[in-house]
Amino acid sequence: MRSGILAKKIGMTRLFMEDGKQIPVTVLQMDGLQVVTQKTNERDGYTAVQLGAGTAKVKRVSKAMRGHFAAAKVEPKRKLVEFRVTEDNLIAIGEELSAEHFLDGQMVDVSGTSIGKGFQGAMKRHNFGGLRATHGVSVSHRSHGSTGQCQDPGKVFKGKKMAGHMGAARVTTQNLQVVKTDADRGLIMIKGAVPGSKGGWVTVKDAVKKKLPDGVPFPAALKSAAAAAPAEAPAEGGEA
Amino acid sequence: MNLIAQLEAEQIAALGKDIPDFKAGDTIRVGFKVTEGTRTRVQNYEGVCIARNNGKGIAGSFTVRKISFGEGVERVFPLFSTNIDEITVVRRGRVRRAKLYYLRARRGKSARISEDTNYKAPKA
Repeated sequence: MRSGILAKKIGMTRLFMEDGKQIPVTVLQMDGLQVVTQKTNERDGYTAVQLGAGTAKVKRVSKAMRGHFAAAKVEPKRKLVEFRVTEDNLIAIGEELSAEHFLDGQMVDVSGTSIGKGFQGAMKRHNFGGLRATHGVSVSHRSHGSTGQCQDPGKVFKGKKMAGHMGAARVTTQNLQVVKTDADRGLIMIKGAVPGSKGGWVTVKDAVKKKLPDGVPFPAALKSAAAAAPAEAPAEGGEA
Repeated sequence: MNLIAQLEAEQIAALGKDIPDFKAGDTIRVGFKVTEGTRTRVQNYEGVCIARNNGKGIAGSFTVRKISFGEGVERVFPLFSTNIDEITVVRRGRVRRAKLYYLRARRGKSARISEDTNYKAPKA
């Protein structure tokens, strides 16, 4: 199991394909995504990588967190997340991840905090049908109707779907397709909508319900590896 | 320019489409690529543009209305569709509205649009 990534939702647009198809895509940006710390079996009892992204003003970062970032020798990050990984997929502290972590056409699961809707009725919140428009219904056209039986059981069962607070909850959308990645600018384009508002943070992981395609980079696509590869190529050319 | 606008501008540049200046009321001919089996050919669709939607950006589209065998037909084309081979302006019309949906209720003589004789191309 390899690490996922943390990205910022930029917005949606469309891509025109050669065959005349249009694809609606959500643009996600990886903003200085670096490994801040590792969790190891010996010390923590599990293995994970902690990734940080974005930039935080140093004076607004608490002293404790400043020390945490200083230990990793990274700039203070705006957002931190942890991804459980297997031991062989741990990434060195301070490494920066690249958008080539995901291949074009690969399926991913995207999690984020959905847009808050406030207090909503049962029709919007749970797709209830409401009451009839006529036939004696008065005032309560959008109500939920009955919430249970009679004296037996004499209570409303727990978990009964009713009106209440909607949205602003963690939502995962599974099996979204990666259409395009742009390593230079750290962009990932995902087909369709992704939970959350523009500017919100989302995590992108390999889809749990789809087979991982061949050729995905292990343990992750790193900027240091990408920088090393072109550096070697001109050197060889220079010798010849 | 924000990132989305920048990406869209890049895509418009990459598509390299030459879209003429036209507005609602103009009669235009759209060369639309049709794939039959493995062969592709260009089918022309000529009619009055009755609406332009979402501007000149990547999301832009336009509606073309024509009378085909006595039946009104409307088609919506994305402005930057890769299926569009060519857009040509056949006739410039003089209208006072941006959306000509009133043409749907009209037939024959009353559905005519007078020609714009002093059309000036916008400065690039």
